[in-house]
Amino acid sequence: MADNQTMWKELGMDLEMHDVLCDVLPQAFGDVYLSQENRPESMDFFDMVVADIHGIRPAELIEAQKNGTKVFGTFCVYVPDEVIIAAKGIATGLCGGSQFWVPGGEKVLPTNTCPLIKASVGARLDRTCPFFRIADVYIGETTCDGKKKAWEILGEDVPMYVMDLPQMKRAKDIKAWEEEIRSLMEMVEKETGNKITAESLKKSIKIIGDKRRALARLYNFRKEENVPISGRDVLLISQIAFYDDPVRFATMTNKLCDELEERVTNGVSVCKQGDKRIMVTGTPMAIPNWKLHQLIETSGAIVVCEETCTGTRYFENFVDEKAETIDEEIEALAERYMKINCACFTPNTGRIDDILRLAKEYKVDGIIDVNLKFCNLYDTEGFLVERAMKEAGIPVLGIETDYTDSDAQQLRTRISAFIEMLNN
Amino acid sequence: MFYVGIDIGSTASKVVVRGDLEEKFVVPTGWSSKETAEAIREHLLEENIDVRADNVKVVATGYGRIAVDYADHIITEITCHGRGGKELAGDSCGIIDVGGQDTKCIILEQGLVSDFIMNDKCSAGTGKFLEVMANRLGIGLDELFLLAESGTVLPISSLCTVFAESEIISYIGEGRKREDIAAGIVDSVAEKVAQLSRKKNLPANLILTGGLSENDFFATLLSRKLKQEVKNQKLGKYAGALGASYLAQEKR
Repeated sequence: MADNQTMWKELGMDLEMHDVLCDVLPQAFGDVYLSQENRPESMDFFDMVVADIHGIRPAELIEAQKNGTKVFGTFCVYVPDEVIIAAKGIATGLCGGSQFWVPGGEKVLPTNTCPLIKASVGARLDRTCPFFRIADVYIGETTCDGKKKAWEILGEDVPMYVMDLPQMKRAKDIKAWEEEIRSLMEMVEKETGNKITAESLKKSIKIIGDKRRALARLYNFRKEENVPISGRDVLLISQIAFYDDPVRFATMTNKLCDELEERVTNGVSVCKQGDKRIMVTGTPMAIPNWKLHQLIETSGAIVVCEETCTGTRYFENFVDEKAETIDEEIEALAERYMKINCACFTPNTGRIDDILRLAKEYKVDGIIDVNLKFCNLYDTEGFLVERAMKEAGIPVLGIETDYTDSDAQQLRTRISAFIEMLNN
Repeated sequence: MFYVGIDIGSTASKVVVRGDLEEKFVVPTGWSSKETAEAIREHLLEENIDVRADNVKVVATGYGRIAVDYADHIITEITCHGRGGKELAGDSCGIIDVGGQDTKCIILEQGLVSDFIMNDKCSAGTGKFLEVMANRLGIGLDELFLLAESGTVLPISSLCTVFAESEIISYIGEGRKREDIAAGIVDSVAEKVAQLSRKKNLPANLILTGGLSENDFFATLLSRKLKQEVKNQKLGKYAGALGASYLAQEKR
């Protein structure tokens, strides 16, 4: 830990303020994670990663930088890691998931901005997150108005690059995204000094494909009657996926999956008889936002699927690995990424189809559609989601919340009432 | 057997006893739900009902439900209000409950809760809002409603209780009539409650429960806003406790 202090100091962090964060995280993690019974042993790795979240990985990134590697910070599942890795760069997720960073963001952003944006900007401006000190280039995107404007403010402090994401899914939009990927390649090549070749891109497509396959394999176990892993644990793994080394992450996730396979064979389950199967849909849950999962899983239910950016939207659909030429590869990338169904698109009926399909695959009893406060897009789409689920006979509870704990009791009442309703 | 339903609300705690004795009473919640639960226990003991005895089943509900450590079951106010609503209005109905801190709309189908919605953290559209505003006018709740009936609605545009209070201070400063301000206050609460309820498919059979359920004026106002009859209930404030007492009997 003494090494961490030196590293943080060298990164120009506000140590005093950062200590406050370091003091509260272990307690929160203990309450949500270590209090669980019957956890898979292979969660050890992920526990360790989180326990030293601002130590281990940042040290690795700094070490890589010393050898000339560039680190690219990203904020969205539409930004293709494959391109960065193909130029021997490192991609790391930067989304903030703690109330701790929100006041820092509110210094420059309107209060009615979503907490994810406020926390991300606050983590940078307050100098309380090592990842935000380490990244050489920040890659934003145009997924919502709040982000678009936040990039302009963040861009005064850091080297900012923005990808222009189309908001419709016509053939010409997919083509436009392909062009955006090409522009990203140019920028990444310039920054790293490394040329992206058909070969290097093929390799990185495989690396990220393996990571997605590991997550898909993990999620498959949650379709079992006897669910061998809690929703909280899977959420944690998904969150770690955004910033851990992709090869190591896939290896460790597959190791966990081997254990889960055994659990399934032996009928080992983390839920009690009668626990209701819940799917969470809506806005992402960036680390360390575990609030809703914790409430649900301590109220007589288990989360079996997340239709979120920290869930199925992150790993579903694969890039065609048969692509050979660089043009084919870029086209395959654009096609895969444009299959993600985010509420920033119009129309976005594909997302409703996804939720209906996932509800069947994961045999869910009910859906909790969660909206991060002030996310206008998911909030508005919530109306269509709720109506479609009702028509399909799937109970839905809509919830709006932020990163604070002040509404925990009200949320618990709602969630408990919803689960009581499912028990009828 | 005694079936006891205890509904610890943010302002008032309601108790319904059924079985060998039929009784109901209200105690103010005060600042400690724990002490309120204890006061209720003592009150019941005076009636020779020992909450810990085998012949007594207790279900606790409401925002302070966790504080009732002698309850056999803890059940949310949604389920309890639904069960109470079934007794008051039948198997298929909508229940609009305006409480001290929460407002909720519950849909009952075939005697079971099929859907519900609650207000968010904000206190607009709850009893708390009325309480704060009545205080500002220096009157009680009853008087607020009396005044409101004879007043012409002054618009209160702010969604937030704190900001709405400053709007009212401006009205007072401008020398507006108290009954007009009172009418504005009551109307804004009814509008918030109606807004919340409109989000759900309301059945024809609609009742008003909670602290305002005895108030004819409020029920009329709400009916007008929802363009359908909202029946106020004499026993409306006991809906949650009543449901809890039935669930005490039915739940094993």
